[in-house]
Order: sequence, then structure tokens, then C-alpha cells
Amino acid sequence: MDLITPGTGLIFWQLFGFLGLLFILIKFAWKPMLAALDEREGSINNALKAAETARNEMANLKAENEKLLADARLERDTILKKAQDASVKMVDDAKAEAVKAGALMIENAKAVIETEKKAALADVKTQVASLSLAVTEKLLRANLSDDKSQKDLVEGFIKELKLN
Amino acid sequence: MTRKILALSLLISAFLLGFTGNTQAAGGEEDKTSFIMHHVKDSHEWHFATFGHTHVTLPLPVIVYSGDRGLEFFKSSDFQNHETHAFGEEFAHEGYYIDEHDHLGRVDHGSFIEFSITKNVVMLFIVLIFVGWLALSAAAFYKKNGAVAPKGAAAIIEPIVIFVRDDIAKESIGPQYKRFVPYLITLFLFVWFGNLLGLIPGAANMTGNIAVTLVLAVLTFIITNVNGNKDYWKHVFMTPGVPPLMLLIIVPVEIIGLFTKPFALMVRLFVAITAGHIVILGFIALAFIFESYTIGVASTLMVTFINLIELLVATIQAYVFTLFSAMYIGSAVAEHAHADH
Repeated sequence: MDLITPGTGLIFWQLFGFLGLLFILIKFAWKPMLAALDEREGSINNALKAAETARNEMANLKAENEKLLADARLERDTILKKAQDASVKMVDDAKAEAVKAGALMIENAKAVIETEKKAALADVKTQVASLSLAVTEKLLRANLSDDKSQKDLVEGFIKELKLN
Repeated sequence: MTRKILALSLLISAFLLGFTGNTQAAGGEEDKTSFIMHHVKDSHEWHFATFGHTHVTLPLPVIVYSGDRGLEFFKSSDFQNHETHAFGEEFAHEGYYIDEHDHLGRVDHGSFIEFSITKNVVMLFIVLIFVGWLALSAAAFYKKNGAVAPKGAAAIIEPIVIFVRDDIAKESIGPQYKRFVPYLITLFLFVWFGNLLGLIPGAANMTGNIAVTLVLAVLTFIITNVNGNKDYWKHVFMTPGVPPLMLLIIVPVEIIGLFTKPFALMVRLFVAITAGHIVILGFIALAFIFESYTIGVASTLMVTFINLIELLVATIQAYVFTLFSAMYIGSAVAEHAHADH
């Protein structure tokens, strides 16, 4: 058979064989297959879109969470600061109070001491007066003839006083 | 791993070459390259191998229709010498003979049409069944499983379908591509598997036969021109932007252009595949011409290399045939064909 002269038999069989294959495959293979491919591509696209939406939602959620967290942190910081201020103030107040109380107590103590001192002085004055009276009385009672006996007498009184 | 396979294939090829060299040499000092053209052309019988004087062949049906004698069926072995399996006019049978060039002739020189199941027709049937089976089992998968990830035959066919649909049809045809996708897929699979199966040793050079490529090119031609829209025909018969006098030259050129496109399709595939087969067989023939083991090993290595290239060519030619078909169809259905001129 020739190389470049097409044979009638082969043309015939090729034409009808190929057309037969074409029609069988169009009907039973390519139509269902292309439809299935389209369907699958559609479902893949939908799934991708859904995933995208979900991812966006997740991102939103995360951002919201972060915002909440940041707010919470800020609030915590404020609260802590307030508490710290309050405690510092309390300590300061307590210190001031204590100082004030101490000063008052010292004042009171001073006043008491003054009073006591005055009372003691008054007492001493009274004693001195009565002692003076007693000495005078004894002097008067004794025989005060000379200076020596007077001296002895005073000394005697002073000794007596010391003994007391 | 590759190294081992290479070494192994080298050993096997050396061994096989030893065999074939001897058997061929036993044939005497005949034309040692005649088997090349014999393989490349179509034949009335399928000759697989020759061991000494034993021919391993598959006799094929010879079908003839003539006006005076009607439809007749013969066997190719009716027309040959049973010892040498040679065809010749002297082995005529019931008024027909097959000459030594494998041509069917009629003894009384009457007219007839031949519908024989030749070697290429058998190969054609094998490819049709193979492609049909592959595509139908892929389709069965979708019918059974619906729109899920592909497996099995579907996993083989689906990437091809998507490739043809998206990268060939959608790109080259435009918005109306969907109508032509089934034809283009069938075309691609037929040409591709025809090319690949043709590379199997002993297989026929089916897609490298001009009758096969002729039919495919004519189908593309018909689809292109049947679907040609107003713009397309206007471009052919009233090419826009051309002075009226020039139309006398342009219009015939355009009309010739309608036919050169499918002609180029036909010739390109035929030549590419036939040339590949000739190159491979030419390297094999070197071993017989030189009757040398060294040449045999070297040419086997070259044959392996060319075979790998042919695998590439098989795919490229299937792609090119489909792509050009899509482009011709695209030019016929394009809505604003002149926008890009």
C-alpha cells in the first residue's frame, strides 16, 4: 500500500469508527463527565467561599476578643492604680492620725505633769510653811537665852528634820 | 535505580539484537531496510515476527465491493504463498490478487472499492476500544460517585479533559467553547493514544497513516465551516479593509486558506508520526546493515533515546492537532474577528 495515497478502506473505517466513538463518548462519557466536573467545581468554589467567610468571621471574632482583652487589661490597670492610691492614702492618713494622736498625748502628758508639778510645789510650800511654823513654835517655846543655845536648838531641829 | 534499569535494558537489548541479527542474516543478502517502509505503510496482514522460515502473522479480512459482483469477503492469506507469506499477482484468488506492494488488484481490471480490515484498521479498532473503554469507565465513576475527587480511570481522564477544556478550548475558541469540548477531547485522546499505542513494538503506524489524519482533518474542516458565522465568511469573501480590486487576489487566497488549514493538520500529524517510526526503525536497521554487535548496542541506545523523544512527540502532536483544530474553530465562531487585526 502507498504511503501518501489514502486507502479507501481505512478512510471508511476511520470515518465511521471515529464518528461512532465520538457519538458514544459524547452521550455516555463527556456529557455526564463535564456536568460532574462543573458541579464539583461549583461545590469547590462554594466551599472556598464558605471557608473565606468563616475565616473572616474568625478574624472578626479574634479582633473582638483582643479588644475585650485590651479593655479588661486597661480596667485592671486602672483598678490596681486606684487601689494603690487608696492604700497609699490610707497609710498616709494613718500616719498623720498617729502623729496627731501622739502630739495630743504628749500635750496631755505635759499638762498633767504641769498640774502634778504645781500640786507638788503647793504641797512643798504648805510643808515648808508648817515646818517653819513648827520651828518657830519650838523656838518660841525653848529658852532662848543665848546665842549658843539658840544655835543648838536650830541644829537640833535641823537634825530632827533630817532624821525625819 | 536508573543505572540498574539502564544496565539491564542494555543487556536485554544486546541479547535480543543477537537473536534478530541472526534470524535476519539468515534471510540472506536481501534489502535489509525494506522492513522500514513495510512497517510504516498499511498492510493486508499483520506481520509480527519472522523466525527463520516461520512467519508469525495475523491474516486479516479482505472486503471488496464491486458494482458487478457485490460485496465479497476474503482472507489475506488467500492471496499469498503459504510458505513464504509473499503476496503476488500469481497468487490470485477468485479474480482478485494482492501484488508485492500490498495493493489489491482485480485480474480483469474492473472497478471495485476496498473496505478491507487492514492492519491499520485493526489498530484503529484497538485504539477506539481502548479510548472508549477508558472514557466510559471514567464516566461510570462520576455516575457512581457524583462530584468527588477522581480515582482510577477518572483520575487519568479528568486532567486531560480539564486540560483540553480550559487550556485548549476555552483559550482558543472563546465564550462558545462548551459546544466543541467533547469533539476536542475525543480528538485529543484518539490521536494521543493512537500515537502512544503505535509506539509499542509490533503495533501499526495508525496515526501516521494519511487516511486517518485525512479523516480527522476533514472532520475539523467540516466543524469549522459549518459553525462559521457571518464575520468568518465576510472575512473570506469580503475581506474588510481591502480595496475592491485587491479582493480579486485576496478572495482566492482566502478560499485556498480554508483548505490549507486542514491540509496542514493532515500532513503534520502524518509526517511527525511516520518520521518518528522511520527514525526508530532506521536505527534498528543499522544493526542489520553492519551486522555488528557494537553497532547493535549503540543503535539500541539510540532507539531507546528516540523512543523517549517519540513519547514526547506523541503528546505534542496530539496537543498540536487538538489546539489547531480549536483555533480554526475559534476563528470561525469568534464574534468580533476583526478586533484583533
